[in-house]
Amino acid sequence: MSVDTSKVATSNRTNAATASKPGRAGSLASWADDRLGLATAMKKNLRKVFPDHWSFMLGEIALWSFVVLLLTGVFLTLWFNPSMGHVTYEGSYDQLRGVGMSESMASTLHISFDVRGGLLMRQMHHWAAAIFIASMMVHLLRVAFTGAYRKPRELNWVIGCLLLLLGTLEGFTGYSLPDDLLSGTGVRAADGFLKATPVAGSYMSFLLFGGEFPGESIIPRLYIVHVLLIPGILLALIAAHMLLLVYHKHTQWPGPGRTEQNVVGFPMLPVYAAKAGGFFFMVFGVIAIMGGLLSINPVWKFGPYDPTKVTAGSQPDWYMGWPDGLLRIIPTGWETVIFGYTISWNVMLPILIVPPMMLVVLMLLPFIEGWITGDKRDHHLLQRPRNAPTRTAVMVSLMTFYGLAWAAGGNDIIAIKLHLSINQITYFMRVAIFLGPALAFWITRRWCISLQRADNEKLLHGYETGIITRSPEGQYAERHLPITETKAYTLTARERDEVFTVGSDTDASGVAAPNSRSERLRARLSSWMYSHNVQKPTRAELEEAHHHAEHEAELQAGLDHPVDGHQFDDHRLRDTDDVPLRDH
Amino acid sequence: MRLLNRTAGRLSRHRRGPLAGLAVLLLGLVISGSLYTVFSPAQADSQPSETEQVAKGKELFLASCSFCHGQNGEGVPTVRDGYQLGPSLVGVGAAAVDFQVGTGRMPMAQPGQQVQRKPPVFNDEEVAALAAYVASLGPGPAIPNESDYSIDDLSEEERQEAISRGGQIFLTNCTACHNFNGAGGAMPRGGYAPSLHGVEPKYIFEAMLTGPQQMPNFSNGNLSPDEKRDVIAYLGSLEETPEYAGFTLGGLGPVSEGLFAWVVGIGGLVGAAVWIASHTTRSKKSKVNA
Repeated sequence: MSVDTSKVATSNRTNAATASKPGRAGSLASWADDRLGLATAMKKNLRKVFPDHWSFMLGEIALWSFVVLLLTGVFLTLWFNPSMGHVTYEGSYDQLRGVGMSESMASTLHISFDVRGGLLMRQMHHWAAAIFIASMMVHLLRVAFTGAYRKPRELNWVIGCLLLLLGTLEGFTGYSLPDDLLSGTGVRAADGFLKATPVAGSYMSFLLFGGEFPGESIIPRLYIVHVLLIPGILLALIAAHMLLLVYHKHTQWPGPGRTEQNVVGFPMLPVYAAKAGGFFFMVFGVIAIMGGLLSINPVWKFGPYDPTKVTAGSQPDWYMGWPDGLLRIIPTGWETVIFGYTISWNVMLPILIVPPMMLVVLMLLPFIEGWITGDKRDHHLLQRPRNAPTRTAVMVSLMTFYGLAWAAGGNDIIAIKLHLSINQITYFMRVAIFLGPALAFWITRRWCISLQRADNEKLLHGYETGIITRSPEGQYAERHLPITETKAYTLTARERDEVFTVGSDTDASGVAAPNSRSERLRARLSSWMYSHNVQKPTRAELEEAHHHAEHEAELQAGLDHPVDGHQFDDHRLRDTDDVPLRDH
Repeated sequence: MRLLNRTAGRLSRHRRGPLAGLAVLLLGLVISGSLYTVFSPAQADSQPSETEQVAKGKELFLASCSFCHGQNGEGVPTVRDGYQLGPSLVGVGAAAVDFQVGTGRMPMAQPGQQVQRKPPVFNDEEVAALAAYVASLGPGPAIPNESDYSIDDLSEEERQEAISRGGQIFLTNCTACHNFNGAGGAMPRGGYAPSLHGVEPKYIFEAMLTGPQQMPNFSNGNLSPDEKRDVIAYLGSLEETPEYAGFTLGGLGPVSEGLFAWVVGIGGLVGAAVWIASHTTRSKKSKVNA
């Protein structure tokens, strides 16, 4: 029984006020709350705080494009017929009328030309798929470059990697469904990859295709994988990914007031609900515009799949491009014949060995880093990419490998569009795929270290104003002015890197320490990772530098041109709390 | 009516002008001349004779082609075995000349991996003369007539069948190099299969017939003239059909689609994310650096 509030005064006036009747929405809410107990959960979660930064919204692109995929995908299932039964096309597309094809191809053409809005939905579904996987990768890069995958988020990183893998498989199965010439070529390639597996290859291929390629079961099987199996796992993993996000709380950039214990930002309601909701419509809008204006996968031009046909520009969708690129540049003759059986290294290496290996390396990154640093603390403050030069360089190196392999996958298009020889592109890539990542690693690491040095310069000597002054002796010098306290705080909000060193190999009694070999490896890696980094200035260094700056300022105070330098740049103090360091 | 009257008035005002007589005379001459050309019977001597053509062609050939193809079109071998400055033209036929010279590929501007298409150097008459000369060197495929590659004289139903049959032939024989859209593709060592967009039907027919450069030769025994016609009909229908799906992005397949997904899709959406994050809640009127 609730308290009778009618007697409680709501004002200081003499006559007691009575509570007005609850509004319709209010009474509905209490009705629901009495039965579902939502208020307790909502009270906490509607006020949940998220930090504000554009790079934190990249994963959201993936989430919203996945929603678009579900919506458009459901529409497509209403007409799509995943069958390899033979029919003669008699629909609206002139050029294919009277041509024999599978029912799945015919129904794809039916969706494209005879279902109202069908072509738009098909194209939106395809563009959304391309954007879904691309946004997962951009999100992955953000997480890696900022060190957000450190403890406690390692498992969420692994889930993310699995989502990337599943998204790719989901894309491949969906791309294969229409049974057109291009996708059929892709399925044929997949069959070849399976068969390249030693011993089990041909069994796996026969199992998948229900007999010899192409058979009549591959499309129905891929269909059920595409609409039921993988989406189910994707949904479950996305749910886990987001629950972990809520549980861990979102990471944030360091800055005044931001610590490892808090999250500074805006609450879910009303701010993030509006922002995220608005972003959904933007994602939907961009995908709808692309679906409406830009052609993707024009299956009617490819025609139905026929193993005797192939087209120039036969590439998989972009996310499968990099293994294809590796396949395109590997020398053809790499085969071993054992007891009359051929081991095709030229197929196994680029398809069955390197891509899964890359995925494993990706998933292990946080664990490898954690082992080298020995850091067991929770991290909720992000690192700027420059402050982890080795990690940043490793990521850029991996990206370079990926990018080169990816470009190699489009070697024929590059050749005709840039008027190059496809052979020379291949020779170049064969070298660049090894040299490029190494070069990228070295350049990135030196670049990061230089940026760290520049940060230290800013802290110690201020920023460069661009104002040249001439001293009475005739000496020219650029005036440096101190940065604001906020900026200085943000720049110094990072930890000093500690290089791990092994103690003695033996303990006091002369007994060999356990794991001394792995510890020594750890020490070597730790020194490789950290020893070049520039550490932030110490308190003494900062104080000495500020003392020097004050002295300079005093010397210049008496001059007849009271220009502080801020007139000419964007470093004017923005609000009253922002105080230059010099005034302390 | 007033308007008509005024026009008539204006005409009648000029009918006694100093130039009126001249204008009427010119008009009369143009009309009678045109009528004569339309209705007069074709005369044997209005076309240059075969021998004249060959003689003219030989002159042009000696000036522009013989440096590489030899004084008698026999080809010029180089010191390296198996390499030629220019191949022998004996037996290539008029169709090959019409294709190579008519599309501007010959005479070649410079040696290279592949002869480029460029604005033709010779006019139609000169091309015909050259073709006649080369055809006189040895028997070879002749220049096709328009009836060979046109489907205008077919019934609606036959046209429809020709187009879908041509599509299947195209996908079987041509797309491996020229791509599903006829947008072209890469060939080894810097060569390429050129785009078929906007290529005249005659030249497509001749290319199939003579197999220029790296292209295989689709002789009439291999692809009958009717099948060649069907391929051309299919390509023509592709150009006539509106692009139902929107901009084709070059018709190059998944590579250009991936490029657009990243540049337009991800580029646009990351831009949107930056925009959303920079418009944050604020309690003051002035912009706050959050």
